[in-house]
Amino acid sequence: MLDYAWLMLVFPALGALIISLFGTRLGRRVVGFLAPAMVFLSFAVAVALAIQLFSLPHEEQSHSVLLWQWMAAGNFSVDAGLLIDPLSIVMALVVTGVGFLIHVYSTGYMHDDPRFPRFFAYLNLFILMMLTLVLADNYLLMFVGWEGVGLASYLLIGFWFEKPSAADAGKKAFIVNRIGDFGLLLAIMVIWTGLGSLRFTEVFEAAPEVWGVGNIAVMTATMLMLLAATGKSAQIPLYVWLPDAMEGPTPVSALIHAATMVTAGVYMIARSAPLFDLAPTTGNWVAWIGVATALIAGTIALTQTDMKRILAYSTVSQLGFMFVAVGVGAYAAGIFHLITHAFFKALLFLGAGSVMHGLHGELDIRKMGNLRAKMPITHWTFFIGAGALAGVPLLSGFFSKDAILYNAFNYSIPLWAIGAVTAFITAVYSFRMVFMAFWGKERDAKLWSHAHESPRVMTIPLILLAVGALLTGYLGLPSLSLIDPALEPAFEAAAGASEGHANLTLELILLVVSGLIALAGVFLAYRAFLVNKDLPARVRAALGPVTKLVDNKYYVDELYNMIIVNPLRSFGGWLAATFDKGGIDGAVNGLAGVTGWLGTQVRRLQTGMVGLYALAMLFGAVALLAWLAIR
Amino acid sequence: MVPTSYFLVLSAVLFVIGALGVLLRRNVLIIFMSVEMMLNAVNLTFAALAYHFLQIHGQIFVLMVMVVAAAEVAVGLAIVMSVIRHKDTTNIEDVNLLKG
Repeated sequence: MLDYAWLMLVFPALGALIISLFGTRLGRRVVGFLAPAMVFLSFAVAVALAIQLFSLPHEEQSHSVLLWQWMAAGNFSVDAGLLIDPLSIVMALVVTGVGFLIHVYSTGYMHDDPRFPRFFAYLNLFILMMLTLVLADNYLLMFVGWEGVGLASYLLIGFWFEKPSAADAGKKAFIVNRIGDFGLLLAIMVIWTGLGSLRFTEVFEAAPEVWGVGNIAVMTATMLMLLAATGKSAQIPLYVWLPDAMEGPTPVSALIHAATMVTAGVYMIARSAPLFDLAPTTGNWVAWIGVATALIAGTIALTQTDMKRILAYSTVSQLGFMFVAVGVGAYAAGIFHLITHAFFKALLFLGAGSVMHGLHGELDIRKMGNLRAKMPITHWTFFIGAGALAGVPLLSGFFSKDAILYNAFNYSIPLWAIGAVTAFITAVYSFRMVFMAFWGKERDAKLWSHAHESPRVMTIPLILLAVGALLTGYLGLPSLSLIDPALEPAFEAAAGASEGHANLTLELILLVVSGLIALAGVFLAYRAFLVNKDLPARVRAALGPVTKLVDNKYYVDELYNMIIVNPLRSFGGWLAATFDKGGIDGAVNGLAGVTGWLGTQVRRLQTGMVGLYALAMLFGAVALLAWLAIR
Repeated sequence: MVPTSYFLVLSAVLFVIGALGVLLRRNVLIIFMSVEMMLNAVNLTFAALAYHFLQIHGQIFVLMVMVVAAAEVAVGLAIVMSVIRHKDTTNIEDVNLLKG
């Protein structure tokens, strides 16, 4: 059965192919059935594989499926193969499971879009590429998936390309991601030149012997991978594309820019755990970049007013938490948070989409209020999602965030402290959304009176995701954790890093502390946004310039424009005006000019008088003969 | 016995007369006749030298040149007829379509 893992890839590939070729002829009903069905079949295969895999003994839970020899040149050869182990199968389950629910939701959400089939062709393509990324058994095939999801993301962000802002956001996402992709490509080259193989199993076997701890080559490779991860997973310094990516349709934001694609960087680092264990310095960088991103994005999310943008910054912030986990060597905790986050963030985005659907495109939380009266299902599911995001005890985010904070505490106390502050901020901004949008009094009576609950095709995925957001946390309860041992075979080499399980008292204390932090955040949000409504304004006034800084997202976009985009633009302008026009065009035009001038000179010889030609021939013949004679 | 050099001198004189005719005359038919004269001057050289060296090649070449000349006249006169029909002239200076 494990050898049939390629079936998982076949279904979405078929879906993408059929819909892109015949989508408009098949009609909405068929496309709307086919696309989710294909993902569901993939999900079914993934479930079957998972059952089979976890019934095997621990040591055998890593299975390679060779598909074909992909390329061979000299001593360089790469096979297209899949690696089925707990890590990849868990990722595949999340991708296909959450992906299926979002496909179903999209059939409702995109119902009136004129490019309905194209949307589903892109979505299926995305699922195919994401599965390629997580199932690949070597770095090069993973890179194919890595680029493929980037392409799908670009196509889907710019799906409404008539809007200039959407087209620009697509370009921005693609270009910023290219910077990271270039890092991954270089890392692959470093690995190949150093170890002579790109297969995960061979690389991880050879790395400790060839490179050893702290070797410069392994440092370079991991730092380049970190660059790649900051691009794909939207971390400092390359996070700027993700908030703009919200220009795409909301299901896309939920699927690609919250649940799956953006976690590819975390997955890649977790997959490369044996390499990162050899480079503790890089791990340190990963953790600090993660916590800094988490804090900065969290503070930006506090002041945003567009629901999807708040969620986007929150995604950046939560990805920062995952980076902290994988940075300190707690790979299982990072993947655990990845899974819970996939559920509750997809839920929140789809909830935002449902609100948008009910309010005819309105996303400004300052115009909402009392929506729970009109949209009870959306409200309850959103409430659960926000609770999970905030880390309210007994919801999924609580367990996974606590696992990360616990590991961060063992690694370094300042890291934990910043993480705890960010967790508090997370609780405040998630419940700011809930209280401003769903509770209190309606602010815009006209908007409110037209609000309506979404159709069932949209609310049922919300309910299922809410169940996921409630329950996935129990997979990783500190004492009966299923996650750690389940993922253990994948992180065998990294076993030394997560030694912490011995200290149960500390774990319990921190568990209580993070629960209190989350509840305090929720309480503050309640006081500030429902009871003392002038409190936020007073805080903003008291902080003065800091408010302005945060409101403007720390001017990062402006800074990048100033130091990178604009200089590159002027350089490009200079190249176009001086080098291209003057140099290249000048050379080509000059050549044409010289030829033309020579032509006008030489054509004077062609008088059209045949006698003259004959005379020239005669002289020529005589000269030739004379030369032959005197030679 | 006439020395071979006499033939060669005569042939050279005929050739130069022919060449001058081609260069100086404007009437297409005259130019044609001059070309024929040049060809025959060359034929004379071939024949004289074939006799001088007692080799048959030169004589064969004379026959070849005659055949080619006949073909050339056939084509050439056709062109001349066509020019006369189109332009009603035999003056070569009036035919200058290809002049740059």
